[in-house]
Amino acid sequence: MTVLFGQLFTGISIGAVLLLIALGLALSFGQMNVINMAHGEFIMAGAYTTYVLQQSITGAGLSLLVALPVAFVVAGTMGVLLEILLIRRLYARPLDTLLVTWGVSLMLQQLARDIFGSPNVQTRAPDLLTGNVAVPGGLTVANNRLFILALALAAVAALTLALRLTPLGRRIRAVVQNRDLAAVSGIPTARVDRTTFFLGSGLAGLAGVALTLLGPIGPTMGTNLIIDAFLVVVVGGIGQLKGSVIVAFALGVLQATGEYLTTLSVAKVIVFVAIVAFLQWRPQGLFTLRTRSLA
Amino acid sequence: MSLLWGRRILAGAMTLVAAAAMTACGSKTSDEGGAAGVTADVSGDTVKVGLLNSLSGTMAISEVTVRDSIMLAVEEINAAGGVLGKKIQPVGEDGASDWPTFAEKAEKLISEDRVAAVFGCWTSASRKAVKPVFEKNKALLFYPVQYEGLEQSPYIFYTGATTNQQIVPGLDYLKAQGTKSVYLVGSDYVFPRTANKIIKAYAAANGMTVVGEDYAPLGSTEFGTIVNKVKSSGANAVFNTLNGDSNVAFFKEYKSAGLTAAAMPVVSVSIAEEEVKGIGTQYLEGQLTAWNYYQTTPGAANSKFVAAYKAKYGADKPTSDPMEAAYVSVHLWKAMVEKAGAFDVEKVRGASDGITFDAPEGLVTVDGKTQHIAKTARIGKIGADGLITEVWNSGKPVAPDPYLRTYPWASGLS
Repeated sequence: MTVLFGQLFTGISIGAVLLLIALGLALSFGQMNVINMAHGEFIMAGAYTTYVLQQSITGAGLSLLVALPVAFVVAGTMGVLLEILLIRRLYARPLDTLLVTWGVSLMLQQLARDIFGSPNVQTRAPDLLTGNVAVPGGLTVANNRLFILALALAAVAALTLALRLTPLGRRIRAVVQNRDLAAVSGIPTARVDRTTFFLGSGLAGLAGVALTLLGPIGPTMGTNLIIDAFLVVVVGGIGQLKGSVIVAFALGVLQATGEYLTTLSVAKVIVFVAIVAFLQWRPQGLFTLRTRSLA
Repeated sequence: MSLLWGRRILAGAMTLVAAAAMTACGSKTSDEGGAAGVTADVSGDTVKVGLLNSLSGTMAISEVTVRDSIMLAVEEINAAGGVLGKKIQPVGEDGASDWPTFAEKAEKLISEDRVAAVFGCWTSASRKAVKPVFEKNKALLFYPVQYEGLEQSPYIFYTGATTNQQIVPGLDYLKAQGTKSVYLVGSDYVFPRTANKIIKAYAAANGMTVVGEDYAPLGSTEFGTIVNKVKSSGANAVFNTLNGDSNVAFFKEYKSAGLTAAAMPVVSVSIAEEEVKGIGTQYLEGQLTAWNYYQTTPGAANSKFVAAYKAKYGADKPTSDPMEAAYVSVHLWKAMVEKAGAFDVEKVRGASDGITFDAPEGLVTVDGKTQHIAKTARIGKIGADGLITEVWNSGKPVAPDPYLRTYPWASGLS
């Protein structure tokens, strides 16, 4: 029974990681239909930001807290630059965008190698986040997993509120639902796109900070994550966030359960088969955005 | 971080796409010029040797350090007058982490540059790709990385450990510590699966229980479930054959789950000084590794090697086992050539048996029959400073036994 609860929590925490890496993509891909292969490298930028900050800020806990907003801005700025320099010129050309952003992702990886060297770097996690808490029933829950879960949920909540309540959120939703109508209604769609891209990339940076607690920090870390992130967004359905949230946790629990009953490799197969079957049944993803747009 | 044996190859679809593209280009290995026994060109006052390492791609991280230590050995030998009066002229090629490219470059080094010997390769996959090239041309390869054993090519000298010089001593150590049960965690490819087959045979014969066995795909960084399983198994120790980035995720998860080196030590066979830097001593302190060499290994030969390496490449650069084995391989080749009195491959092979070298890891001896070398096995503990200190060694060099023929319990293997 303990193991079962342990696995359930593991599944939820895998889901939280998936959610965190996919959230930014749900915004840029989901809202703008831009396939950004460099999303993984924005995650990497967030992780390296943590590393760089730790060189000057000694306290591991403080540096992590400072890293969250800084990484958001660093990755967000990189995203905006990418949008202004390349993506904006390629709207409605998804294949070109895919290739160009893939090229950018390779260049960013090489840049990271040139700056930080090929080997992985290490960051120090605050002691608080390397331990675990015991919950009744003989189960222990890792603190870093709890932190990531909280961060993912906070990011979803903040994003949902921003989209629902702020003027910017209203504009983003308007552009998503009907770009042309939004434009003729006087919404500066180019500026909205840029802001959306800033938010999406910034969220990737946030994910990068969180991932320093779990995995390697190196030039190629992004490539390991980008596939999972796209899966979540595609299965979740494009144009809204709740699909990504549900799918991230569902895939996490499926992965953890499959892995417990079989092996990690087989579990990955199970997840992929489930995704393929699901997309056969619902090619548009879990939720679709109903619009009156003609496109 | 350093990678052993072709890890992280399957990192993601994009890597796959890239690999496919590279394979397509690299597979045009020329078969011409393959006239058996291309002889080395030693007519001038220099002798060429080939250096075949990945300077780009996923393996570059590790293989560049090997290239660096080979170059150090070449410089030392040249400064001391060269080999048979000839200065060594290194010819470097980039294997690009792509196995067909390795084969192509090996062919080029042998047929066009007509080198006297080639030093390099890291992954077993790259070694297996070049093996037929060296055998066909009757040319020599010196391979410096520990590997899964069960191989003995007449044209390869293996200067890294085979299984009975690394894995078996690791198990002996655990047994001596009173370990009754082990959990096996490894990456999902040939080395860990072969290693675990050997470990299971050893355990069965030595009263140990293997309470669990799990494999993660190369590049996998999600270890929540595996660590849960390890934790609930109640094993005395974990034998870890994971490679690359997976190690980082595994050890972070291990610590978060409250597992410690004191309660359940992990013995790793692919974490050397360079990898420790990339994972973080916070997560590794107190854990064990099995190798033949550590930067801290005592002795004048090692002090000289470490000092020379740091002087040439930077004080923050650690030295590790594969680097040491690569450095040693060049010196061994020199000794073989001088004993043979010629660069001729067959004469060099014939002269190889019993060649010794006072290596940084201690005295090593070439076994002419297996073309492996006798090496001292060591178990080390990772310290807070990121260095590994020896806690046990085999006392004397262990004779190589790539097919584990001298171990009765291994009779069912291979």
